[in-house]
Parts: sequence; structure tokens; C-alpha cells
Amino acid sequence: VTIIDARGRRCPLPILDLARRITEVAVGDRIVVEADDPAAAPDVRAWCRMRGHEFVGQGSAADGTPAYSVRRLH
Amino acid sequence: VAGYLDAASGAPIRPEALAALNAAQRDAWADPGRRYGAGRRAARLLDTARQSVADGLGARPDELSFCANGTAALHAAVLGTLAGDLRRRTLVHSRVEHSAVLHAVETHVAGGGRATAIGVDAFGRVDVDAFRAALTVPDINCGVLQAANHEVGTTQPVTELAAVGPPLVLDATQTAGHAEIPSGWSVLAADARMWGGPPVGVLAVRTGVRWRSPAPADEREFGRVPGLPNVAAIAAAAVALEAANRGRDALAQRHRGWIDRIRATAAGWPDVEVLGDPVERLPHIVTFSCLYADGESLLAGLDRHGIAVSSGSSCTASTLEPSHVLVAMGALTSGNIRVSLHHETTEADVEEFLAVFPGVLAGVRDELGAAGL
Repeated sequence: VTIIDARGRRCPLPILDLARRITEVAVGDRIVVEADDPAAAPDVRAWCRMRGHEFVGQGSAADGTPAYSVRRLH
Repeated sequence: VAGYLDAASGAPIRPEALAALNAAQRDAWADPGRRYGAGRRAARLLDTARQSVADGLGARPDELSFCANGTAALHAAVLGTLAGDLRRRTLVHSRVEHSAVLHAVETHVAGGGRATAIGVDAFGRVDVDAFRAALTVPDINCGVLQAANHEVGTTQPVTELAAVGPPLVLDATQTAGHAEIPSGWSVLAADARMWGGPPVGVLAVRTGVRWRSPAPADEREFGRVPGLPNVAAIAAAAVALEAANRGRDALAQRHRGWIDRIRATAAGWPDVEVLGDPVERLPHIVTFSCLYADGESLLAGLDRHGIAVSSGSSCTASTLEPSHVLVAMGALTSGNIRVSLHHETTEADVEEFLAVFPGVLAGVRDELGAAGL
């Protein structure tokens, strides 16, 4: 799974990172954004809705940082 | 105040209210509780203002107390209703209440009370079935609900939920003076700044409703708000409400048209989501969010053009937390802009905003390197 380290990056930078790197994974594969900005939680979900990708779920990285999993759909 | 489009943070003071404020500061400076001539003059002015605001809000004068500001009114409304029946310890509220309400709820919970937060749909309207069900628990004290949301303007099903039975505490701060206040409330909080008055909070407690001041005892304001009332500001608040209600329907119609125009235009900007109910909403508030933009840079860009709006984006909050309203709605929180109109807003203000914003947005996105994403 491709992981984006967006620690310390303030909104909207985590979703910009996601938008830039989604094409690194094949359609149907997952990419994970690890982001400590609290705005990433609603905004990764909203980005998936607006861009037509699947929000798979929210977990956490080994250090406890929230990790948002996204599946590329197109 | 050309370019000021942040009425939901406070409308500019109406000229009639400013004149009343100045006159009252000159003539009615004495303590209205004292029984000499100057005191009686202040008391008369306060009584007249109370009658007028009561008429304007649909209450009786003895149900009304004045306090420092809208936040103080919301705190007293919530905590006073809870204190009115200490055997019933559960409060129900929506997730999109004003932070002043949520902070009062935190105080209640920290003291051992219970609170049930009810979610909202994508427009920001509370789940009416869940709210109704939550009101039927045995130890229910009250429900707390806004007449309309302060960030997105969506109106709430107040009358329906007030009919369930338990007292409903109504946050009318954004609605009073702009639209009809829904019926059925037991306790109401309002804020004169939102209708073009100076900072004055209004607390109304319906006759017969169990309410007890959360503050130490004081005989002022029917025992509901301690300390000397600000008679001059209250007199000005009353004059402002009279003016607001006199012109309300005509102004609301004009605002509705302008907000419809902003909603339609913003929906055509690239990667912009217009939020809130398009129809069942306050006439003067609209909010939208922009992908790949930060609220702080958008506010700064608009400010350079002399345009003042507000934002629920995390970067514009001292806490760095995004707006709890937008989060509850599942909306995009980045690049969030709230535009709110008032009695002095002109069509030119609206057109200027619509002309300037696309360039500001494009500039912010360029800076972030978002082109082509």
C-alpha cells in the first residue's frame, strides 16, 4: 500500500498531496494518507466524494497519527 | 460599510439605534433601580425598551431579561433551564449548535449531567426522528436547538420538536430580526448585534417554565441576570429591532434574491461546493467550500479588495480545528467562506464579491500549485 506522510502539513496540503499522488497507484488499489491535521478527517472524505474515489476508512499509523485509506476508482 | 459581508458575526449598527444609544447615554445614565428622578427616567426607558423587544420577539415583557451579549444569553438559557429541574439531568442538542451552546453543555456534563448530541444531514438539518426519540427518556430536562444554523443558514424543525413535550431552549440569535421566529419555545436567546443593535443579549423565559439563574442571586432583571443592565444599549437594541422588523419582509426578499444569485454563481466556479439547504434557510446567509484552497488565504485575498467575510476552515480558527458544523454535515472544510448580508448591503457589494472572488481563488490555488489537480 502506498503511504503519504502528511504529518505537520496543514489543510488543504494533505488533500493536495493525495490529489498529486493518487495516480501512483493502479485503479482499484489503495493509498493511505497519514495526517495529523484535524481537518484532514472531513476533507479526505469530501475529496473522495468530489473526485469519485472510494473512502475506505480511517485507522491510525504506528505512532497514533490518523491514517485515511482511499481506493482509486478511475 | 461597503464590502462588509459578515452580518452573521454582527451587523453594522443601524443609524436609528446609534442615535438612540447616544441620547440614552446622555439622558438615562442613572441606575434604573433607584427611586429618584434620574433613576426613574432610566427605568422608564428600560421598561419601554423591554415592552418593544418583547413585542418584537413574541414574548411578554416580564418574560424578558437583558444581558451582556448573545453568548451570555445562550449560556443563561441552557444552564438556567438545566438548573430549573435538578432531578432531570439529560439535555438533547444538535451537533451544529453554536459553540456557546456546546460550551454550556460541556459545563453541564463536567458537573455530572448527561447530554445527547443528535446528528444532521448534508444540509445541516437535525435528524428529527432521532431528536424526538432522545426527548422521550425519563430524566429529560430540555432540548436545545437553533432556529437556523449560524454557518450555513439551514432552518431547523423547531416547532415540531417543541411539540414533543419537554421544554425547548431556542437559539434565535441568527433568526431574530431577519425571519419569523418559530413558535413553541420555552426559553429563547437572542443577540441584538445580529439585527443592527449594539451588543445586548436577550433571554426570554416563558411564564411557568422551570428556570433558575445559574449565577449568584441578584434581584435585577427579574432575578435572571445579575448586575446593572446597560440601559442605553438596551434602548438602542429595541429601536434597532423595531426598524429590523418593520423592514424585515422586504429586506428578506431582497437578500433571498442576492443569496440565490451567489449560490448559483458559486456553484459554477470550479471545485466549489455550495452548502446548506437551498430553500429552507435564512434569507441572508450562504456558505461554500473550495477544494485546494485555504480559508485564511481566501480571507486575506478578499480583505485586500476591502471585502469582509468569515470562514469555518481550521486555519482561521484559534484551535486549528475545522468548524464542527461543517464536520457534522460531512462537508469539505477547506477553503470555506460564509457570506452574510445586512440592512446596508447593496447589490454593488454582492456584484463586487462575485467579480473579485474567482481571481482570489485562482491566486490561492496557484500559490498552492493546485493547477490541473
